[in-house]
Amino acid sequence: MRDSTEMEQHQDYVLRTIEERGVRLVRLWFTDVLGQLKSVAISPVDLEGAFEEGVQFDGSAIDGFSRMQETDVLAIPDAASFQLMNWGDGGEVTARVFCDLVNLDGTPFEGDPRQVLKRNLEKARTAGYQFMCAPEVEFFYLASDVAAAGAVQPLDNASYFDLTTFDASSDIRRATIGRLEATGIPVEYSFHEDAPSQHEIDLQHTDGLTMADNVMTMRLIVREVALEHGVHATFMPKPMSGVQGSGMHTHLSLVSGERNAFYDANGEHHLSTVGRQFIAGLLTHAHEITAVTNQLVNSYKRLVLGFEAPVHVSWARSNRSALVRVPVVKRSKEESATRLEYRALDPACNPYLAYSLILAAGLAGIEGGYHLEEEASADIFELSEEERRAKGIRLLPTSLAEALDAMEGSELVREALGEHIFEWFLRNKRSEWNDYKAHVSQFELDRYLKSW
Amino acid sequence: MEPILCYPDPPPSEVVRALELAGYSWEAVGDEAAANDGLWSAAIVAAEEEAEAAFAFARALRNADASVAPVLLLVRGSALSELETRHELFDDFCVTPFHPVEFEARLRHLIVRGGWSETPTELVTYGELVLNLETYQAIISGRPLDLTYMEYELLKFLASNPGRVFTRETLLSRVWGYEYYGGARTVDVHVRRLRSKLGEEHAALIQTVRSVGYKFGESRWGA
Repeated sequence: MRDSTEMEQHQDYVLRTIEERGVRLVRLWFTDVLGQLKSVAISPVDLEGAFEEGVQFDGSAIDGFSRMQETDVLAIPDAASFQLMNWGDGGEVTARVFCDLVNLDGTPFEGDPRQVLKRNLEKARTAGYQFMCAPEVEFFYLASDVAAAGAVQPLDNASYFDLTTFDASSDIRRATIGRLEATGIPVEYSFHEDAPSQHEIDLQHTDGLTMADNVMTMRLIVREVALEHGVHATFMPKPMSGVQGSGMHTHLSLVSGERNAFYDANGEHHLSTVGRQFIAGLLTHAHEITAVTNQLVNSYKRLVLGFEAPVHVSWARSNRSALVRVPVVKRSKEESATRLEYRALDPACNPYLAYSLILAAGLAGIEGGYHLEEEASADIFELSEEERRAKGIRLLPTSLAEALDAMEGSELVREALGEHIFEWFLRNKRSEWNDYKAHVSQFELDRYLKSW
Repeated sequence: MEPILCYPDPPPSEVVRALELAGYSWEAVGDEAAANDGLWSAAIVAAEEEAEAAFAFARALRNADASVAPVLLLVRGSALSELETRHELFDDFCVTPFHPVEFEARLRHLIVRGGWSETPTELVTYGELVLNLETYQAIISGRPLDLTYMEYELLKFLASNPGRVFTRETLLSRVWGYEYYGGARTVDVHVRRLRSKLGEEHAALIQTVRSVGYKFGESRWGA
């Protein structure tokens, strides 16, 4: 009852705002299985009807949505996610609203990643937890004419935290942040990252669904602003060999009522049993969820030794090579700030699915009462292969093929994603891998052509 | 004369005694639906027990299409602070235990005066911020703010009570409602979003009061 009144209030507000602000176009947004944003624009006069009945379209044209028989689905706008996209530049006022996709009979459409995340968040809620997260999104600015030709040319040669005088990309980044903030996506930090022309924008934590929506919106805004400045922005995980790739380290916490469920004043490092079990869940299922958190062939070129990307399945407090990090928190802030950081994710993932699996893995740890091994103390980058094995430290999958094998055998992933997306994802990604495997690369030509 | 509406059902016995003594006709009403079914010359809402439910009922009376009956609120002396952010809900109040003569005098005054008028304030203004309650629009320094519904509701509540410090729990219950799941962090997240939409120049309108909560602007009464 309350839910429906609340929804009506949201819808009233949206309809009123559209009228008052003279919105000319409303974009209905949703996301395909691979994490590409899709949009259907409707006239504002049709929005009220869309709230009531949804907007019908043929899903078969969109990746991951097609099924054998009936392919029509309904997009129902989620009024709570309504946002004007108004850049104050005198341009046309448009608005976006994220949609939930449902079957014609009103049941959640199993191919919709947003519905998948909602289902997993609901599961957490039933167990008494609200899932909060905050990603650190890395990306590169590249010369767009060169990028259009399929090559890579950074805009600068600056590095970590550099403040450069003639850094064109800093201006672009500043404009981007202004637009994110105006869109209701607060930014915690932003800076020049380690690699040339690489930038990082850290978002303020919020609930998992809003954050997945925010990541989708952010990727669009970053690209749009770059384009306006004649630059190409890319979230490709490893556009250049020899320098850092782009990750999307994500800080995670569970809130139980008013309490931070990962915090215990008397726990070791202030970490609660729930927190330890959540980490154990992540570590236990890490290899099964990697195909989704790192879904491109290229993702695995970031997950290599010698950079700050995780390679081993381990946890630690300050060690940045660990897969799960428990950041050391400022004194007196422990209660609110104790959290975990999962470091495998890259910004080319589908945030709805990636968050679903991270949450499912962590919850499995809590439900199963998993035991957490000691933290990795030595810098495991330094260990030899034998030492690593002797310590029982496993590796993350080293290729998309390996990750898909691990995913295929995972009941946890199958259940969290649902049969439809699970099967489709495996099929689609196997085919991507096969294309890659059959491709003869520049590396091979350079290395073999003359000597063999 | 129309009867007097008495909430809750049954009303406190001293209310019944005072009304009978003064010769008013009255009717006990336990919910909104019953209130909408009748015509009333005044409403007495006792907020001594289960105050939240009583406030919710008073709000429902205000929002109902038909009802313009003046509302007399009965409240314990120890709960007077509860009234501070709820002035729009009642026309007069009486501290309990009351003196029957005072109670009757206040009631008669309300009935004669006609009570709450149908012209609620349509604008909430503070400095360069203007909220139009009719159209849901917010403007700062002439620039429209692109708020979501909850951001708008939060800003409206804060701007209507400048200079007051609210705990996260209070904001949660007053803006989101008690059933809202998500806890006090929801408030932090929305405050942060509001600040970013207000823009750097105006973000400081919402101040964080360490280990307490949030405060909007300064009181008009010079704190």
